[in-house]
Amino acid sequence: MQDLVSLFVKSIFVDNMVFAYFLGMCSYLAVSKNIKTAVGLGLAVIFVLGVTLPANYLLNKYILSPGALVWLNPDYASVDLSFLSFIIFIAVIASIVQIVEMVVEKFTPGLYSSLGIFLPLIAVNCAILGGSLFMQERGYETLAEATVFGLGSGLGWFLAIVALAAIREKISYSNVPAPLRGLGITFIVVGLMGIAFMSFMGIKL
Amino acid sequence: MDKKIFIEPLFKNNPVSVLVLGICSALAVTVKLEPALVMALSVTIVLGFSEVIISLIRNTIPNRIRIIVQLVVVAMLVILVDQILKAFAYEVSKQLSVFVGLIITNCIIMGRIEAFALGNKPLPAFVDGIANGLGYGIILVVVAFFRELFGSGTLLGYQIVPATWYIKNGGFYENNGLFILPPMALILVGVFIWVQRSIQKELIEKQ
Repeated sequence: MQDLVSLFVKSIFVDNMVFAYFLGMCSYLAVSKNIKTAVGLGLAVIFVLGVTLPANYLLNKYILSPGALVWLNPDYASVDLSFLSFIIFIAVIASIVQIVEMVVEKFTPGLYSSLGIFLPLIAVNCAILGGSLFMQERGYETLAEATVFGLGSGLGWFLAIVALAAIREKISYSNVPAPLRGLGITFIVVGLMGIAFMSFMGIKL
Repeated sequence: MDKKIFIEPLFKNNPVSVLVLGICSALAVTVKLEPALVMALSVTIVLGFSEVIISLIRNTIPNRIRIIVQLVVVAMLVILVDQILKAFAYEVSKQLSVFVGLIITNCIIMGRIEAFALGNKPLPAFVDGIANGLGYGIILVVVAFFRELFGSGTLLGYQIVPATWYIKNGGFYENNGLFILPPMALILVGVFIWVQRSIQKELIEKQ
């Protein structure tokens, strides 16, 4: 239990998807102009990461990793399908995003109209595929670990995008040098936020 | 064929600094020059060939499922590149870790396929893919050049800053550790955009 809590805190702050690995940068920069849309996209990312990571964990454990097919037939112990993982992971993500979109549309139309345009965008958000690939590379051992890692990294991404949107709303009142306006200053602000987040790096959990 | 398709993505209409596509990997692989070059080459190849394939089958893809078709084509090419890197450049492929796989969701690829390959013949689509890959590569190389030179004092692994300059050898110089850390990549791209927009005044955003 303690391991799960520390993994959760670690994936939010220490291994933050945005500041430590730059994942999901494109939508991070494009959709952070105001807080309301940033919150919508952030919630969608938490949700999709929390659903796709356990799904991909099970696929990885029982189908893709070397020798995973033993449960079908002991002769398959030498089969290694891990080269297929990219294509399987992205297919799972794209289809789960599609299903989530349909379910949300059917049962909570209010949430759908606020998330609407962001859900399809998430299929090509690299934070989602990145989460699955990190899960495979770091070899998380239980389903609980994979789920906690997914929710934690989603929450870290959410915090990062809301914080940046807040700063950008303030910055629009400042007198920024003309060539730096908009995109340029946003990059530098994210860099400075990254330096601030580095203060979590030394923490051992 | 129009020369603009090749020239513009290199600087004037650069995918990273003007169109804001493909930022994630541009930042993460630029600590050293070598992985940056390998990454730029991989993206250029995947982008060129995926644009050709999509352009060839563009009239047969049903519009509703085109995203999934595009993802499958790109994922197939990325798997090929990943297997080749693992076979012939294992060290670099370890350094790039998950970022080779993340070429699939690199927004340059989806962006250029949607914006260009779906509406053009295979040859211009190929040129557009290669040119955008090179434009992406230019940013990677510029950022990686400064980060490796100031952060480690080397270029492509060769010592550039004379060893006698270092404080431990009785000199006055010390590597700037900040350049190795992730945030410096963002600040360098920010500065690149600043320089580019000072030259091309028409890109400046309105307040």
